[in-house]
Amino acid sequence: MNCNDEAHGLIHKYLDGDLTKAEEKELGSHLEECEACQKHLYELKRTITLLQSTEHIAAPANFSNNVMQKLPAEKKRVTYLRMIKAHPLVISAALIFIFMISGVFSSWNQDNELVVSKQEDLIIEGDTVIVPADVTVSGDLYVENGDLIIDGTVDGNVTLINGQLIENEAMDEEPLMAGSVGEVSGELNQVDQIFDWIWYQVKNVFQGVFDF
Amino acid sequence: MEQLIRDKIRQVKKGDQSAFEDVIALYQDKIYRHCFRMIGNTHEAEDIAQEAFIRAYVNIQSFDDRRKFSTWLYRIATNLTIDHIRKRKPDYYLDDKIKGTEGLDMYSQLTSRDPSPGEQVESQELQRSIHQEILRLPPKYRSIIILRYLEEFSLQEISDTLDIPLGTVKTRIHRGREALRRKLRYV
Repeated sequence: MNCNDEAHGLIHKYLDGDLTKAEEKELGSHLEECEACQKHLYELKRTITLLQSTEHIAAPANFSNNVMQKLPAEKKRVTYLRMIKAHPLVISAALIFIFMISGVFSSWNQDNELVVSKQEDLIIEGDTVIVPADVTVSGDLYVENGDLIIDGTVDGNVTLINGQLIENEAMDEEPLMAGSVGEVSGELNQVDQIFDWIWYQVKNVFQGVFDF
Repeated sequence: MEQLIRDKIRQVKKGDQSAFEDVIALYQDKIYRHCFRMIGNTHEAEDIAQEAFIRAYVNIQSFDDRRKFSTWLYRIATNLTIDHIRKRKPDYYLDDKIKGTEGLDMYSQLTSRDPSPGEQVESQELQRSIHQEILRLPPKYRSIIILRYLEEFSLQEISDTLDIPLGTVKTRIHRGREALRRKLRYV
């Protein structure tokens, strides 16, 4: 057997675990005779052992952080999804809040019917409620989704929601003055902004609670 | 383990970046070690290992789920290191300043000559000379020898990882082994 080619080839095959039974026998009998090849095999095995004895090397600290910082930004949608998974309580609270707000908005926007507190002697023309000049309304006056003209007197509070107080200039042709409005003995409470509306509702609820 | 990786990769493919952090945690040591053995310099090894993970993340859609993720990752890392070695200037000079440090030059990278106690020195010296010999191999042998004997890949895995025919892998291993045998004979 030629040591340099054949035997060395077999030795490498042996190291790779590729030897057939016949080749194994052949190599075995050759190694018994040839000291050079024995030495060669020994040196190769020793090289492999040396290679495998090299030290353990670990990645530097902060390695994964550094990589994460350099990654391109992920899609927004995914970020939100993960946020929902991470903070279910906060998200559900936020959702409830949104539903509440939208509920208030829709009740604000949808109810456009004119609502007037029950009092006699009021004149209603379309969306306008008129307190005639010679009339005194006793008790609180409440008008929702309509304008109000006060020529007479209101003996109590006036609450005007989503409507305007129209001052009747044409009738008395006097310059606009606070006094030109008919008399209101109580508070004049005008609500036509959504936040005023919310505030008004909240106030009512609390008042209800305390009255109770 | 395999199943865990598969799940994580699926999440990453859907766009979940945090799942990739777990993937990094699982492979960072292996990939860094591989790069370090290929390159022989801690700073460059870290840069290349990072780059390998970033490439894997960016190209995750092109990864085929039915294959082994580690194989794919090793291939990216190996290709990057070989590219890097090819592009690298003649090597570094001892007077070079090290990037990102103040006033440090390559002399500081040399191990001190202070004698440290007995056996420890001996084994460290041995480790160093083995490492030096690995680094002296041409990159194409180096990567295969590292994968075979340090990462303990099977021949078939190396063939898959580097996209090289099995026969070529064997030839290169034989040559690499012979080269190292000649160098390490008298160590």
